[in-house]
Amino acid sequence: MPNDKVLLHPAIVRITHWTWALGVILLVMSGMRIFNQEPVFSSYEFYFPVWLTLGGSYEDTNRLHNDFGLAAALLWHFAAMWLLFVSLIVFLVYGFASGHFRRKYWPVTLREILSNIGDFLRGKLGHDIGARNAVQKLLYTFALLDMTVMVLSGLVLWKPVQFQEIGRLMGDYEGARYVHFFGMAGIVGFIIVHIALTLLVPKVLPPMITGRAPRSEVEHTGAAS
Amino acid sequence: MTSERIERYLRDGGLSKSDVANLQRRLFLKRGLSLGALTLLSGCDVTDTAPVDGFLKMISRFNDGVQAALFNGEKLAPTFPESMVAPTFRYNAQYGPEKIHKINPDTWRLEVSGLVTDKTPWTLERLKTLPQRADVTRHCCVEGWSMIGKWGGVPLRTFLEKIGADTSAKYVAFRCDDPINYTGSIDMASARHPQTIMALTYADKPLEAIFGAPMRMKIPVKLGFKQPKFVSSIHVSNDYSGGYWEGYGYNWFGGL
Repeated sequence: MPNDKVLLHPAIVRITHWTWALGVILLVMSGMRIFNQEPVFSSYEFYFPVWLTLGGSYEDTNRLHNDFGLAAALLWHFAAMWLLFVSLIVFLVYGFASGHFRRKYWPVTLREILSNIGDFLRGKLGHDIGARNAVQKLLYTFALLDMTVMVLSGLVLWKPVQFQEIGRLMGDYEGARYVHFFGMAGIVGFIIVHIALTLLVPKVLPPMITGRAPRSEVEHTGAAS
Repeated sequence: MTSERIERYLRDGGLSKSDVANLQRRLFLKRGLSLGALTLLSGCDVTDTAPVDGFLKMISRFNDGVQAALFNGEKLAPTFPESMVAPTFRYNAQYGPEKIHKINPDTWRLEVSGLVTDKTPWTLERLKTLPQRADVTRHCCVEGWSMIGKWGGVPLRTFLEKIGADTSAKYVAFRCDDPINYTGSIDMASARHPQTIMALTYADKPLEAIFGAPMRMKIPVKLGFKQPKFVSSIHVSNDYSGGYWEGYGYNWFGGL
């Protein structure tokens, strides 16, 4: 049965994956515009290139009221936060309740990580559809933890009084600005690795859209849900 | 805003053409379309042409409701030791400090209108006879910066009781005696928050002219732009009146 396909990614995983992707892209782009208004690192002259940012025409807003398109960037940011917030909650609940995390993210052993690194250095590390090696498990776990940190630090920046208890864990309002910045850098780093690996092994992409993968590709890994 | 820009602001007042050009260069402004411009958002009114604009404003109104639900009227903003109070505060306004109106504290009157029983205008001396309160709190600007300061004055809830305001009304609105006729409005729950004061002092000294003397609002549960300076009128109402920055697309609730 060469054309036989099996369900690899259930709809809930695909939908949350893409809403998350859209949400994070909008959040990072509008976030860079918000950053430019008052950079975290005030002693460095570092700004994000305006063409990378989201928030409307920079020249118009600067001419009209001497701001750098901050209002629209904030509107985008506080709209897109719902995409990330909802998809993250849904995915976390699903992941724990369905056993998805236990099956796909666990266990991770040091021995496996070292053997993965060895395979990688010899150019032998595979990327089977649906199966995760130890390094992948760690990367996906990192992404989930990082997004959780982004939501929490975002809540502190948005509502530093109402969420002051969370704020105390990260150095209050000013500390949360650093957490939010480096958390963003972490997510962007993850996305770059994630997309690079997808380009190297393009066959993993269609199942994240259709949900289905050829049985012959999946069977030996035992990854089908 | 960088420190040089603030210094220039304080020295010359406002930005010159060359300042703007310089800032634009520094921010890597590229002529032509940015990705943001492709969305047809001007970020300002924020443009009524693009459907996405209406959608974003709809979510902003939804977020007003979420913030009102998250707001706990009894939860106090964190306070800090007096040693952390900034000796000189950051000047931040749409106009240079030399453009502020010269307000004589002796002839200054605070007008009171709307759903209140006593509409007698208030003098500064009379305001000073009401109970005062001072807190060392963090001032958070929508731009991203924050500073710790100590403001003292009359709790707005005390004042609202004194003028017989209908505290079941939805909004308290402010008008200001400044070069841009600044306006603003807040929800009644935030107006009645214990730390919300009509500030008359900063660091135990009378409010400086450039920071909104004789009276500015200090609302530690709101962003900076929700705390008007040079307040000349207070209006209690059930009608939403928005505010100066809200007209440029900033979220109305602006709660912390």
